[in-house]
Amino acid sequence: MTESSKPILYSYFRSSCSWRVRIALALKSIDYETIPVNLIKDQGQQFSEEFQALNPMKQVPTLKIDGITISQSLAIIEFLEETRPTPRLLPKDPKKRAQVRMISDTIASGIQPLQNLSVLKQVGQENQLAWAQKVIHTGFDALEQILRSTAGKYCVGDEVSMADLCLVPQVANAERFKVDLTPYPTISRINKTLLALEAFQVSHPCRQPDTPPELRA
Amino acid sequence: IALALKSIDYETIPVNLIKDQGQQFSEEFQALNPMKQVPTLKIDGITISQSLAIIEFLEETRPTPRLLPKDPKKRAQVRMISDTIASGIQPLQNLSVLKQVGQENQLAWAQKVIHTGFDALEQILRSTAGKYCVGDEVSMADLCLVPQVANAERFKVDLTPYPTISRINKTLLALEAFQVSHPCRQPDTPPELRA
Repeated sequence: MTESSKPILYSYFRSSCSWRVRIALALKSIDYETIPVNLIKDQGQQFSEEFQALNPMKQVPTLKIDGITISQSLAIIEFLEETRPTPRLLPKDPKKRAQVRMISDTIASGIQPLQNLSVLKQVGQENQLAWAQKVIHTGFDALEQILRSTAGKYCVGDEVSMADLCLVPQVANAERFKVDLTPYPTISRINKTLLALEAFQVSHPCRQPDTPPELRA
Repeated sequence: IALALKSIDYETIPVNLIKDQGQQFSEEFQALNPMKQVPTLKIDGITISQSLAIIEFLEETRPTPRLLPKDPKKRAQVRMISDTIASGIQPLQNLSVLKQVGQENQLAWAQKVIHTGFDALEQILRSTAGKYCVGDEVSMADLCLVPQVANAERFKVDLTPYPTISRINKTLLALEAFQVSHPCRQPDTPPELRA
């Protein structure tokens, strides 16, 4: 019995969580196949019986790799880090690793889930924009403070880390919800620096197999 | 639970999330954790927030007993389950979100969030669990499960549809580390809730 030769990523072009994993795969030069899961079409393809069997949380991203299926973007990234260790996405020093994880979790637990599609559906269409903006402002107020003590060129010091993989997609979310980024100069600077890197460009929502033509780069 | 399992002696500074309009909003605490949330841990000269970041730091610096398996595939399962709870369920029903949805909607909102998450978790655990969430060793996933079940109970979520979650929760609650760390035995437990 053979394992799949190429990893398979279930992804939606605009999903910030999927983008985190796409960046990791690009940085580590891991070739993979994309199976798009449209979160809007067909009442949300994430709700299909087929996809639900792969990921009972009915969310993207999900990655099939090395004969297993993993969901949750940070769990996927940590697995990639442990099995394909170069280039590294977490520093060597445990204290710096803690900073990387703290920033990643601030975004992946403290901001993004509160403004994801299913929560926005629950708050109702007329409240969605205000809700998302409030959630992102609260999170970015904190993140800006945190980054002022951890950041060098990137979120933690001068090496790209898992924290940076979380930051850029969250800034894109902020822009989509018309959040004013003027109060967040550190976030903005780091975001701009990262977007110039190839891995952040090839993985960008505007360059995915499922990017709609009108949004394609 | 992690501190107890690793026999790390520590001092507690309580932060009452309700009293004084929420002590987490004090200038003093905000300087420690700009997210204005608990937990925050001061250790080895640094200050770390975010529970899983703290636990992973403890694991890397005090590696025994282990809270993550050796095998990367099993570690991925532990992290996936932990993140399902710590990103996929708990934040959606935490205090600040419940404040936003308004008092009359809070219970229904919390129940819905927990049901959706537990529906998924029950499925996931049926393929990963042994005695505990992942196989037969206590892991970070178990540290996330028990407190989330307590949240479910507080919001009167019916746990009948979740036999695997219930079984594992019961097994874990019998362990000393889960007992000494229990909300009913803390320095700031109100007298009427104390064990």
